Amino acid sequence: MACGGISSGVPVAEENTHVAAMSSQRDFLRTTFRAMLRARILENKLSSLYKAGKIVGGVYLGRGQEAVSATLGASLIQGRDCFAPLIRDQAGRTAFGEPLIDCTRTYLGSVEGPMKGRDGNIHRGRPEMGMPAMISHLGAQVPLIAGMLFAKRLKGTLDGCVGATTVGDGATSTGAFHEGMNTAAVENLPMVVVVANNQFAYSTPNHRQFACADLVERAKGYGFGGHSVDGTDLLACAEVIGGAVRKAREGDGPQMVVAHLLRLGGHGEHDDGSYVPDSAKGGHYGRDCIEVAMRQLAEGGHATVDEILSWQEEAAEEVQKAVAQAQQEPVPDPYREDWTALSTKFPLTGT
Amino acid sequence: MSVTYIDAIREAQQTLLREDPRVFLYGQDISSFGGAFKATKGLSDEFPNRVFDSPISEDAMIGLAVGAAIEGMRPIVEMQFADFSSIAFNQIINQAATHFYRTGMPIPITVRLPSGGTPGSGPFHSQSMEGIYAQYPGLVVVTPATVSDAYHMLIASVKLDDPVIYCEHKFLYRWLKSKAINGDGLPIGQARIARPGKHATVVTYSAMVHEAVRAADRLQADGWEIEVVDLRSVKPLDLDTVLASVARTGRLLAVGEAFPWGGVTAEVVAKVTEEGFHLLDAPPQRLNARDTPVPYHPKLWAAHRPTPESICEALRKLLSF
Repeated sequence: MACGGISSGVPVAEENTHVAAMSSQRDFLRTTFRAMLRARILENKLSSLYKAGKIVGGVYLGRGQEAVSATLGASLIQGRDCFAPLIRDQAGRTAFGEPLIDCTRTYLGSVEGPMKGRDGNIHRGRPEMGMPAMISHLGAQVPLIAGMLFAKRLKGTLDGCVGATTVGDGATSTGAFHEGMNTAAVENLPMVVVVANNQFAYSTPNHRQFACADLVERAKGYGFGGHSVDGTDLLACAEVIGGAVRKAREGDGPQMVVAHLLRLGGHGEHDDGSYVPDSAKGGHYGRDCIEVAMRQLAEGGHATVDEILSWQEEAAEEVQKAVAQAQQEPVPDPYREDWTALSTKFPLTGT
Repeated sequence: MSVTYIDAIREAQQTLLREDPRVFLYGQDISSFGGAFKATKGLSDEFPNRVFDSPISEDAMIGLAVGAAIEGMRPIVEMQFADFSSIAFNQIINQAATHFYRTGMPIPITVRLPSGGTPGSGPFHSQSMEGIYAQYPGLVVVTPATVSDAYHMLIASVKLDDPVIYCEHKFLYRWLKSKAINGDGLPIGQARIARPGKHATVVTYSAMVHEAVRAADRLQADGWEIEVVDLRSVKPLDLDTVLASVARTGRLLAVGEAFPWGGVTAEVVAKVTEEGFHLLDAPPQRLNARDTPVPYHPKLWAAHRPTPESICEALRKLLSF
């Protein structure tokens, strides 16, 4: 598909008959699905902790977006690529290699976590491993990832690298998104921007957010390759999102994927999402991508039901451990906190 | 031969590009065109792959710089005018400034803000934004007033691991000249006594240092010896030097070109009042621009910002208390 063209997801299994490709496809799907599962089980636990009053602040879940997020994370190579996850990317973070304990430590405020209680919930990252910490201002990570790739080009290490970020339908309305997309395209960077169109930005439906027929139309205007995918369909995500990452990696320039889905919950756990109409919940995108993926894995012979059950048990155990460990760790002490926002220690001495 | 303030800024960037492979320049019209004020003139010839024209996207310019800094680079971003940094405000105060506290990784970017008024520039090409940026934790804000400081403080800014807002005054670009770029080795965060005196202290920075020195020269004729403190950096603010001066004079006037509500002069007066109330023989005073947008017409503009006349008037009032 040409840069600027629009594709839709076709299961890879129909195209690739080569045994090696089948085998790597199988591994990819298994890895991706396990990340989806781990994220869902972890997030269910976070929801319980929030409702029990154990988590201060918000809890924001990626329920229903795991296939999109995990596919992106699993398509990236930690140590080479960079990835700026957003609010609903627990699955993508897990697939990229963020340990679950980073999540529970940040939500529970452990000083052992990457944010040390200085920031919470989904506002976490490990910039040194190529995964910057998001800020709440939407679209802001688009130029940030462009800058990381730009620097790699200056350093001569860009070959074979990809930078990726995700946004929701709401973020596409920001100036930061527009500026970032345009800048990435002007520099022809190997960047993949996945727009998870979950139909609601907090409570605002698509028709109050944008007026074009489909957000993927914007890709051409920016100079991005444009792709659409059913975000509830793991096989389609593997093909389209995986394909977009491959194209960026192989030098086809920046790629934008619009994934169609529905947010299966509120904006955060404080929000019951009662404004989402039943027609949407009962529609095609109201289906649960994890259930779809389970079926696809079983039917495609990629995993047995027993395997999936054992992965579920492993994930539940892992989540339990991550929560228990974070709960036992110290929280920040305001009397010992280093209350300085600068790394430089002033006053400096003269030269 | 003489060196202007803008020559010093250009030469500092040239030195940085020559000495540090992590440095690159990013901004609107700064490559072969050399920048709106020619602060990067010729640098793209010497460093064709390290001086880049950006789209008119101030938000993305800083976003890109922060991303590059995470990858170990030391970008210098030129805002065409300080005023336009309002579009980049989010990336500066939320992305760059919070990064070290949140993640432990500092963001060594330098944002050059061509600041302050010049005749005829009007409301959107004249602003002084140092006070706004100084309000936010995680930023260093410098305001060089001399040719040597323009050079040395830009080099020092890029060498700092933290994000620096480098406010360069457009009025000084070509008007301010020096025989050579000298240095007195003062680090960022230390103020300088620009003119010694004993009857009153004027604390100021950037172009207002020169207006304050003029005012002090005029009052000399009446026998008043006015001390002028050039803050050099407004954050960190060198309270020690300010307090030592107020201890000598007993009187304080803080002068700034920014709008009057809050800001650097308010901070100076508040800090001196808190820590040096016993040193004061008169209520500390502030003199700022007027509380309107910066006007276009040179006659209005000249009366909008502090001038040697208005500084003299404020000092006479202070001295007569």
